[in-house]
Amino acid sequence: MIWSSFSEFISMGGYGLYVWGSFGVTALLMIMEVLQAARQHKSMRDSLRIQAASQEAEEDWP
Amino acid sequence: MNPYIAVIHRDLLLALRRKNEAMTSVIFFVVVAALFPLGISPEMSTLRLIAPGVLWIGALLASMLSLGRLFAGDHQDGTLEQMVLSSASLPGLVGAKILAHWLMSGLPLVLMAPILALQFDLNAQDIEVLTTSLLLGTPLLSLIGAVGAALTLGVRGADVLLSLLVLPLYVPALVFGAGAVQAQAAGLGASAHLSLLAAMLLVAVVFGPWACAAALRIALE
Amino acid sequence: MKLHPNLFRFAAPQAFYGLAGRLWPVLAFLATLLGAWGLWLGLFVAPTDFQQGQAYRIIFVHVPASWMSMIIYLAMAFWALLGLTFNTRLSGMMNLALAPTGAMFAFLSLWSGALWGKPMWGTWWVWDARLTSELILFFLYLGFMGLTAAIDDPRRADKAGGLLALVGAINVPIIYFSVRWWNTLHQGSSVSVTKGSSMEPTMLWAMLLMAIAFWLYAIVMALYRIRTIILGREQHTHWAKLELHPEGFA
Repeated sequence: MIWSSFSEFISMGGYGLYVWGSFGVTALLMIMEVLQAARQHKSMRDSLRIQAASQEAEEDWP
Repeated sequence: MNPYIAVIHRDLLLALRRKNEAMTSVIFFVVVAALFPLGISPEMSTLRLIAPGVLWIGALLASMLSLGRLFAGDHQDGTLEQMVLSSASLPGLVGAKILAHWLMSGLPLVLMAPILALQFDLNAQDIEVLTTSLLLGTPLLSLIGAVGAALTLGVRGADVLLSLLVLPLYVPALVFGAGAVQAQAAGLGASAHLSLLAAMLLVAVVFGPWACAAALRIALE
Repeated sequence: MKLHPNLFRFAAPQAFYGLAGRLWPVLAFLATLLGAWGLWLGLFVAPTDFQQGQAYRIIFVHVPASWMSMIIYLAMAFWALLGLTFNTRLSGMMNLALAPTGAMFAFLSLWSGALWGKPMWGTWWVWDARLTSELILFFLYLGFMGLTAAIDDPRRADKAGGLLALVGAINVPIIYFSVRWWNTLHQGSSVSVTKGSSMEPTMLWAMLLMAIAFWLYAIVMALYRIRTIILGREQHTHWAKLELHPEGFA
């Protein structure tokens, strides 16, 4: 462990804005990407399920 | 008549009948070249500095804007499908179309460039290199752009999309084309740049029509 | 080899759907592990750089992002070649699944590059060969995504995107070479991430771990996304209907 205090870690020798701006945006974009992919998968499943259900309904009442 | 000659003949005839379409490329070039001094500075020393880039970018944009016309007409009246189905070599036919297109849209830019260069106070040797670089470069741009035009055939928002697709691929031509003039102006000689430009043109002549034909088949199947 | 016929069956979307579904959780776990280890080494163990202070730590995301943006594009070109040669359906879907992550990494490379450049060289942007080429790569990704989104017919979109990816990949070395030529002629700043600072072993290790973690992340995202794409394309098949309605039909 090279840091002697938490505030030292955050400040990154004065470069905190740049270092955390990089790591932070990286983490943010990755999380957003994961959430978006999950949301798209769910909505795909939902819309296909609805489509299949309505097709079944059509078959019952042509 | 040889089918390839026939294609060139037909395309040139059609383009000459719609003269204003051919003119718009040149007029665009002239207008854009005039915008830069207005936007930057009328200082002759500045203009001499930016001239290679400005003139090359103007020609590049004018060439890119004319790409939409390359296949659109034939696509609409079904000629393009006939070409794909015909027994003649599709890359050959495509090459013929690109040649005709360059003669009507690219060559005028090459001829206009020396006149515009005078507005930027370039000397005779620089103008010579500029014209040569554009003579080598505009066919190169047409060949690269044709692949983009084929890929975006009939697609929504094709014009803007085409720009996005094609501009990154134009970078080497721009670098070596404008760089040739800059090298000449700096007294370093433009032969290296022009040779590279010529080499790229050669590769594009060999592979471009083939890639373009593949893209057309994808677009039309 | 007897293994080959078994592997080829994964070229069918249905089989690949199952394989991807089993694979991605494992790889995600691995990615998280290696990423955590890399971050630990990079942020808590690696010493301060002599010349750049703590700011150099940005390389632990900048370099992996750059590498990934290039590797993913190469992967896309590979799948494009496969798809155009053998007319496989899965290749186009794989490229659609890969592109967004590649574009994201290209953007992150530019973003972290700018944040690294400001304290080091005083400006938010320098037109050096590598950053400029990365910018162009970003445009190539956007072009691919724009083209495939604009074409309605999925098969045409796959093939057109594939051809574009191939043409782009072939041009990338030419573009890079021309940009480097342009840069050195104009005596632009030649900045290098590793030049001027000798890389301590822990720094190298951390960078490598982060790179592998990012790589696994990219694979996980692609596998996850391709399942969505496969479902959409195969929605009319029996197996897909069964997949959505495991309880069967009424």
